[in-house]
Amino acid sequence: MNESNNMAQGLKCAQALSKSVRHTALSLSVKASAWLAMAGTSLSSAAAELNLPGGPQVYQLNLPMPATQIAAEQNWLHWAMMIICLVIFIAVFSVMFYSMWKHRKSVGHKAANFHESTTVEIAWTIVPFLIVIGMALMATKLLVAQKDTSNADLTIKATGIQWKWGYEYIKGEGEGIAFVSTLDASHRALSNAGGPKKGEVVSDYLLKVDQPLVVPVNQKIRIITTANDVIHAFAVPQFGIKQDAIPGFVRDTWFKAEKTGDFYGQCQELCGKEHAYMPIHVKVVTAEQYSEWTKAKFKEAAAKADDPSKVWVQADLMARGEKVFAANCVACHQATGKAVGPIKALDGSAVVLADDHLLQTNILLNGAANGAMPAWKQLSDTEIAAVITYTKNNWSNKTGQLVQPAQVLAARK
Amino acid sequence: MSAVLDHHDHAHDHEHHAPSGWRRWVFATNHKDIGTLYLLFSFAMLMFGGVLALGIRAELFQPGLQLVNPELFNQLTTMHGLIMVFGAIMPAFVGFANWMIPLQIGAADMAFARMNNFSFWLMIPAGLMLGSSFFMPGGAPAAGWTLYAPLTLQMGPSMDAGIFALHILGASSIMGSINIIVTILNMRAPGMTLMKMPMFVWTWLITAYLLIAVMPVLAGAITMTLTDRHFGTSFFNPAGGGDPVMYQHIFWFFGHPEVYIMILPAFGIISQILPAFSRKRLFGYASMVYATGSIAILSFVVWAHHMFTTGMPVTGQLFFMYSTMLIAVPTGVKVFNWIATMWKGSMTFETPMLFSVGFIFVFTMGGFTGLILSVAPVDVQLQDTYYVVAHFHYVLVAGSLFAMFAGFYYWVPKWTGVMYNETRGKIHFWWTLISFNITFFPMHFLGLAGMPRRYADYPMQFADFNALASVGAFAFGFAQVYFFVFVVLPTMRGQGEKAPAKPWEAAEGLEWEVPSPAPFHTFETPPKLDATATKVIA
Repeated sequence: MNESNNMAQGLKCAQALSKSVRHTALSLSVKASAWLAMAGTSLSSAAAELNLPGGPQVYQLNLPMPATQIAAEQNWLHWAMMIICLVIFIAVFSVMFYSMWKHRKSVGHKAANFHESTTVEIAWTIVPFLIVIGMALMATKLLVAQKDTSNADLTIKATGIQWKWGYEYIKGEGEGIAFVSTLDASHRALSNAGGPKKGEVVSDYLLKVDQPLVVPVNQKIRIITTANDVIHAFAVPQFGIKQDAIPGFVRDTWFKAEKTGDFYGQCQELCGKEHAYMPIHVKVVTAEQYSEWTKAKFKEAAAKADDPSKVWVQADLMARGEKVFAANCVACHQATGKAVGPIKALDGSAVVLADDHLLQTNILLNGAANGAMPAWKQLSDTEIAAVITYTKNNWSNKTGQLVQPAQVLAARK
Repeated sequence: MSAVLDHHDHAHDHEHHAPSGWRRWVFATNHKDIGTLYLLFSFAMLMFGGVLALGIRAELFQPGLQLVNPELFNQLTTMHGLIMVFGAIMPAFVGFANWMIPLQIGAADMAFARMNNFSFWLMIPAGLMLGSSFFMPGGAPAAGWTLYAPLTLQMGPSMDAGIFALHILGASSIMGSINIIVTILNMRAPGMTLMKMPMFVWTWLITAYLLIAVMPVLAGAITMTLTDRHFGTSFFNPAGGGDPVMYQHIFWFFGHPEVYIMILPAFGIISQILPAFSRKRLFGYASMVYATGSIAILSFVVWAHHMFTTGMPVTGQLFFMYSTMLIAVPTGVKVFNWIATMWKGSMTFETPMLFSVGFIFVFTMGGFTGLILSVAPVDVQLQDTYYVVAHFHYVLVAGSLFAMFAGFYYWVPKWTGVMYNETRGKIHFWWTLISFNITFFPMHFLGLAGMPRRYADYPMQFADFNALASVGAFAFGFAQVYFFVFVVLPTMRGQGEKAPAKPWEAAEGLEWEVPSPAPFHTFETPPKLDATATKVIA
């Protein structure tokens, strides 16, 4: 069962923490979380089938099972806050409801006449003040710890792009690997079609990507965030991280996963129409598996690298362009090329039909409309040439023009 | 009574000073008429914003897109927020202020009667412009009510309409605030010292200062957005070296005091109603005033707790975490004072009291979730999730809106001269309270489980709580239709038991010294007050 596994893992990471009372409290909190999760899932067996290890659970009532020490401490802190708040809440409202019961006119209670008491008023200013200081002390250490991104084993840059995540391995093993991670196209189509049918169980609905971010277990991973267009937010609840990805700025966060497996998150800052469709999938693997993965990735990259001086024929460019279009453009410009709302149609567009391909090439390389059309310079020359050729010869556009990768290369600044 | 009415009888008064027909409303300079206009306008906007909210909840009833596409979904969330904040909650409190402040301080009218008219009528074009943005190319603004750059730079022409609408609404708010401050400071009846003013007047005085301080800040932020969009500036546009985070700092420097603008007058209303139905004076009047002032001052130094995930330096996070937690202290004082007011009273539970007690209970839940959100390490998990949505609806709906319902039931006999139907009021209260909690309580769980805000579609695991919230939302919506049709309309038509000048046994204050309904002109010569400044002598 996932739950018992999760619980064992949660307890293990709890034990990694400081000793004494804090330790006990933490493991208790993790136990309690596990219990809540199980209480939720035992409601129905269909629900259990839908639970996604590393992602959300059905009827989940609390923060997710922690997979890092920081997340475990967040859970503990949340429990501590909840308990303090609940005790105060129950105490205060017991008084209120007692009073509402006893001091009613209908039971003949006569109103007393007091309306101030300096002692009492000072007391109930100072006591909450002290409680708040206690809460602040509990939180400070953890806050400092979770902001400490120094001494990372591996540094990865996560770039928010409308509406996908670009990952670049910047420092550490696998340096140089770069890819873009996009929501599985069938899930996007399923969403448009009204979502999973009744009885259909898609446990990773809207969380499945074409290429997950792969990281090694028990190593400190520093995530540097930035964005291409608007603000996005990189978040993985089980790691206890959430960091806005801001265009023009670089921010960072870190995690050290203590167990292998798949973990899921979603973009958490409104970034336009496809905001709900740019999930994050982090695959945590052992150090050996990670080394193998990096090797395979390098080989794949070498095989895939296109020679920008190669001269292509139309059919090949069209086929390649269709794929590029489906992966990058279709969300806005639509498969029909007609677009919707403020987005420009490609079918019949003067820019696309123009004899001078530079009109279109420059828009792809530099963006347009204040970034509403983002710059696509991260695509290869071949990809840009292919997608331009595709749009120039698809739908009702029949220009017969071919744009070669070398022409795109020449157009780059 | 002659001092109150200043030797005018009602009919005579009406004939000579009160224009009739459409002129009465378009050229209105009477604070009561303008108050009524504000209240009706804000209720219309509440219904409009509510319909948008139901659009959101209908789409989220189950996973997958069924009713709206993601563009329209973002327009709905954005417009729901803008309309509820700027069109419903804020004008409604101004409506209460217009009606009640002159009556409570013994003034003949607001200080600037024509400016009062202007600040109301400015809202109509602004509201129309905001509402009609749905029909502009590309649809309504869809960047969230916070209008974060650089997403706003990608929006169509409706964003400009939205910005101008906010400018106009801001100008209206500033004029309203100036009017309220001048009225309160200059037009109190002799003997009504500051520390004898009713709590509603006190909270509005402080709120008006907050409004004057922060509405221009919002105007600045959205003007910079406008010039970024059209005139090539790069305040927030990173492509030109601008800083999108700067927008958030400026916006929330407005936005956090704005939160208290929407709750302090609610505190005032509750502080008036509880003593009336507990038949006992408000406990700790002075500390209530100081607590309100403290909350207002603290509200200027907590703004960046909305930005814990932008990647502030650790010292910045610590500062904003500590200052935010501090707000719990004066807010706690208020709750304790309210309960001490009820303690050993002689309580009855008519609808205003029910809404007030409901307010304290449910608002405090929102207060506690606010405390949990203030803890930056935990906030990292909850920021931009449904937990935040639950939190601010607990303070804005169960807070501001419940207090306004309480205030409506409390003062409607004074406004219309008839009592509302008590049974219907109670039905409205219980229906509202229960459906509110069905709607928003499950959102805490969704947020803890990590469901992000402003999502048109979501993973299947979140389905059941979302379905529950949607059912609750529709029930809540129908409760307000019931309220309008079966409570508000009958009182407006004068159907119901005739209300005496003071329908509540232990209510205190000058508003109960004039007949019900309050005549068109009241306190034309300053009344002579007794030592407590709650009664007219002479």
